[in-house]
Amino acid sequence: MARTAVRRRLSWQLATVTGVVDETPRVRTLLLELDDWQEHVAGQHLDVRLTADDGYRAARAYSIASAPGEPPSITVERLEDGEVSPYLTEVVRAGDQFEVRGPIGGYFVWRPEDGGALFIAAGGSGVVPLRAMLRERRQSASTAPAKLLYSSRSIDDVIYRTELGEPDHGVEIVHTLTRSQPEGWTGYARRVDAELLREVAWPSEDDPRAFVCGPTSFVETVSAGLVELGYAPSNVRTERFGATGGR
Amino acid sequence: MSVSRDFRGRRRHEAEPGRLPPGQYVTDDFPVLSAGPTPHTSLDEWTFAIRAGEESTTWTWQELQALPSETITTDVHCVTRWSKFDTTWQGVSLDVLLEAVDQDAPYVLAFCDGGYTTNLPIEDVTDGKAWVAFAYDGEPLEPEHGGPARLLVPHLYFWKSAKWVRGLVLRDEDEPGFWETYGYHMYGDPWREQRYAGD
Repeated sequence: MARTAVRRRLSWQLATVTGVVDETPRVRTLLLELDDWQEHVAGQHLDVRLTADDGYRAARAYSIASAPGEPPSITVERLEDGEVSPYLTEVVRAGDQFEVRGPIGGYFVWRPEDGGALFIAAGGSGVVPLRAMLRERRQSASTAPAKLLYSSRSIDDVIYRTELGEPDHGVEIVHTLTRSQPEGWTGYARRVDAELLREVAWPSEDDPRAFVCGPTSFVETVSAGLVELGYAPSNVRTERFGATGGR
Repeated sequence: MSVSRDFRGRRRHEAEPGRLPPGQYVTDDFPVLSAGPTPHTSLDEWTFAIRAGEESTTWTWQELQALPSETITTDVHCVTRWSKFDTTWQGVSLDVLLEAVDQDAPYVLAFCDGGYTTNLPIEDVTDGKAWVAFAYDGEPLEPEHGGPARLLVPHLYFWKSAKWVRGLVLRDEDEPGFWETYGYHMYGDPWREQRYAGD
């Protein structure tokens, strides 16, 4: 396992929002501009810190949605009882500034030189760091076969729907819609289970690298299922969030 | 200070000043965070070992259960910024386990099923500050929360409370464990907000 030490001191700096993209009714991407951004690795996250006029502060971590070399962006899902996400999805507009520090995390990351087939699985907004991996794969002209299994509640909840619909050589995307399906839907229409995984995941003989990100129940099901299919546990990397797991 | 336009914040739990470390928020849930699949080790095969050089002292699950245990009610603080108040655990104090070992090492490295490790100074796991916990809220500890047993070191960020713990290596030097290698702080004091290297 590659272990790159990332032991640089991380300082807060001001980020300027240069653009806002509505992904779904509850999810938004914020494009950021930072003066001093050390290039990140696909899969890493950053911390956002907001400050009220009386000095009260709140901070949360968000996965970086862009590929290395692109300006950093984050994709945020509004949580009804959230403190930071409602602000980022409803109040923030282009030109606003808030504090950021990062990039952070060195385990849930993918580099083109890592080799092996890539199997990535997302539940809901867990797709964000995996989208960074797909963009990195494309811009680096990696030939690693990649497959994304993406579980959403409905077609309208699919984040990056247009982008994921564009042809990307060597990439296969398998959707499952767990709550409602549009008329004529021929794809999966249930929560991911062992059988679905057996049909979709690369065979373990290909020594695939797996990245799984989503709510705890999704991550537990998928990561346990992959190990059952013969994936080496050390090749199954997970990132989890509950209803209040920091997003 | 950089003010975020029109940000108010929610400010829960202001009634208890001094209880929430800086940069944390309170949750009533118990979020799960781990880097890989949840390991499942049967209790027949489970052991807890303390290794000092060539020497190894080992307890089986039954032997650990036979030791005096304590009920601990404590607040826990995760580096991902959630804190949970008044969590209740049952476990064996590391004082009880370390008593069985002749040692004067200044550091320990906890090791776990799944390959996870984390480093701690010995003074942070002695004198009633750390436990091998096997029950939460009166029930056996769930695998996704670290069962059958996890370390409980509640005065440090919760990544130091290693899930699926299987033992300690006593060390002369402080060597980084898993998250510490990836840029997290070597010590991890929530009251000094030691999240990442250099904090």
